[in-house]
Amino acid sequence: MNAVTNVLRLDGVDRSFGDRRVLRNVSFDVTAGRMTGFVGGNGAGKTTSMRIILGLLAPDAGQVSWRNAPLTRQARQRFGYLPEERGLYPKMSAREQVIYLGRLHGMDAPAARRATDALLDRLGLAERGDDLLETLSLGNQQRAQVAAALVHDPEVLILDEPFSGLDPLAVETVVAVLRERAAAGVPVLFSSHQLDVVERLCDDLVIIADGTIRAAGSREQLRATYTVPRYELVVATDAGWLRDQPEVTLVDLDGVRAVFDLAPGVDEQPLLHAALARGPVRAFRPVTPSLTEIFREATQ
Amino acid sequence: MSTTQATALVAAREIRVKLRDRTFLISTLFFLLIAAAATVLPPLLDGGPASVAATEASAGKLRAAGLDVRVVPDDRAAEQAVRDGDVDAAVVAGPVVLAMDEAPDDVVSALSTAPPVRLLDPDAVDPVVAFLVPFAFAFLFFVTSQTFGMQIAQSVIEEKQTRVVEILVAAVPVRALLAGKLIAGTLLALGQIILVALAAVVGMRFTDTGGLLDLLAPAIGWFLPFFLFGFVLVAAMWVAAGALVARLEDIGGVSMPVQLAVMLPFFAVIFLNDNPAAMPALSYLPFSAPTAMPLRLFTGDAAGWEPLVSLAVLLVTAGLVLAAGARVYEGSLLRTNGRTSLRTAWRGREPLG
Repeated sequence: MNAVTNVLRLDGVDRSFGDRRVLRNVSFDVTAGRMTGFVGGNGAGKTTSMRIILGLLAPDAGQVSWRNAPLTRQARQRFGYLPEERGLYPKMSAREQVIYLGRLHGMDAPAARRATDALLDRLGLAERGDDLLETLSLGNQQRAQVAAALVHDPEVLILDEPFSGLDPLAVETVVAVLRERAAAGVPVLFSSHQLDVVERLCDDLVIIADGTIRAAGSREQLRATYTVPRYELVVATDAGWLRDQPEVTLVDLDGVRAVFDLAPGVDEQPLLHAALARGPVRAFRPVTPSLTEIFREATQ
Repeated sequence: MSTTQATALVAAREIRVKLRDRTFLISTLFFLLIAAAATVLPPLLDGGPASVAATEASAGKLRAAGLDVRVVPDDRAAEQAVRDGDVDAAVVAGPVVLAMDEAPDDVVSALSTAPPVRLLDPDAVDPVVAFLVPFAFAFLFFVTSQTFGMQIAQSVIEEKQTRVVEILVAAVPVRALLAGKLIAGTLLALGQIILVALAAVVGMRFTDTGGLLDLLAPAIGWFLPFFLFGFVLVAAMWVAAGALVARLEDIGGVSMPVQLAVMLPFFAVIFLNDNPAAMPALSYLPFSAPTAMPLRLFTGDAAGWEPLVSLAVLLVTAGLVLAAGARVYEGSLLRTNGRTSLRTAWRGREPLG
């Protein structure tokens, strides 16, 4: 697949429910072969954006395009979707309903059966596959749900909180499966509250707050954008003298340890010399912002 | 995949799940047993022709009347056979008819010369049958449309409640979901009705001697198309009712109007079935037509064109209600938080391409 054309693009999407504006001019790309993390607080607009991509909601303005053309129902049928609120048919077996959903996505019966068996096997659900869904543990129901989203080998994956409710082992399995799909050239958009998981997984990041996109781009780009020159210094005696340095803004001071920002354009080496002149230096290093920090910064 | 293919898949799933449902299988079996019992049992309980003891001299005439004749050597043996309960009656010299405690009408009439009878209204129906048949039609339509309609609503709610609807709507057009459910429900209901009708017809064929089958056949034949459209009409209302609520527990709040729309005509047809002013009206009103029109055909007071007109009225109404039901369904299907008002649902359809 071609990474340049296989892009899912939201362009200036607005959406209101009654008087409440839920999305304002939302634009971002989900690129082929990349895992795009979609983060934002509750009610920020993640689920609404995903529902608009899937055609469950219509945008008031703007559009969604896939491969440089407006998204059609035919194209959407090749998408895989894991809704935030989970649920399958309780009175059907996992295998039967995954096959059914595969067929609804346009597969013929033998292909749907083969794909279902392979997926259930991969997700560790093969043995319980013929049990009624309602008799499965919550974790296994989640695995069935993941299988339902993947059965038709989707061209695009939209996953709303795919890891919530999964036990750590299942998270690893699902992560492996998703990485595999991404590596095969599928654009993967996933939302999550668990920023540490997003941090570990995503290639690209979209940050949304109050219905507007606050930041979007590759993880490295965002890191670079949101990196203020921040350093951690650990000395042998008290680090309180940093307070008196004009170019230093203290973030955290705890006896011998200090975290501080330097004014833009200021070289950090003279400061290290100054510290050495006062006594032994145990550590001096630049601090790269964690996703949590980027998120906090971007949504402020 | 086309909408038609999606519809077929949805309908196939609904039917597959239903055919595994024990409640459905038991109710079908129950109806079949009732239909078979109602047609087979009464003639059997009648006991068949009376048995009569007679000497060889009078046996011929009795045999000719279709009675079960037991030839005895003399009148004493004949009387003894009656006393022993071996036969229902005996014919002894005179001729005198002997019986224990009830005059055996068929033996008496076999021996007498009946005056010629001319019936002025030869098609008139036995009053018992005249009551039972309308009741059977109305009951069948009532119970079947209620049960299957309710099941369609439940299936709509189940998909909302479990949120599986979001995956479904992302994959196939909402109309395919709706059509699949309606088609599956209609096929199952119609299938059950046809089975019941077959059981009744077969039962009558085995036991009927009075030509009741000939009389009933056109009514049954007409009942099927009326049932079909009547069911679609009711089912469309059930679909809309189901889509308005988000949890099975809340179905009571929306099902009442639908149930009344079926129940009131049911009682009207039952209680007014011999009212010459009400029945023609009822046979054109869409909700009572499925039972009232076949009835009027059965009793013979509907002209040949009448069922066609009534069927057309029913078809148009069913189409309109179906369109309205579909709109409500589309407008409320994805509102999975609590009860959706009819007004919100009516306006709530997403303007999707």
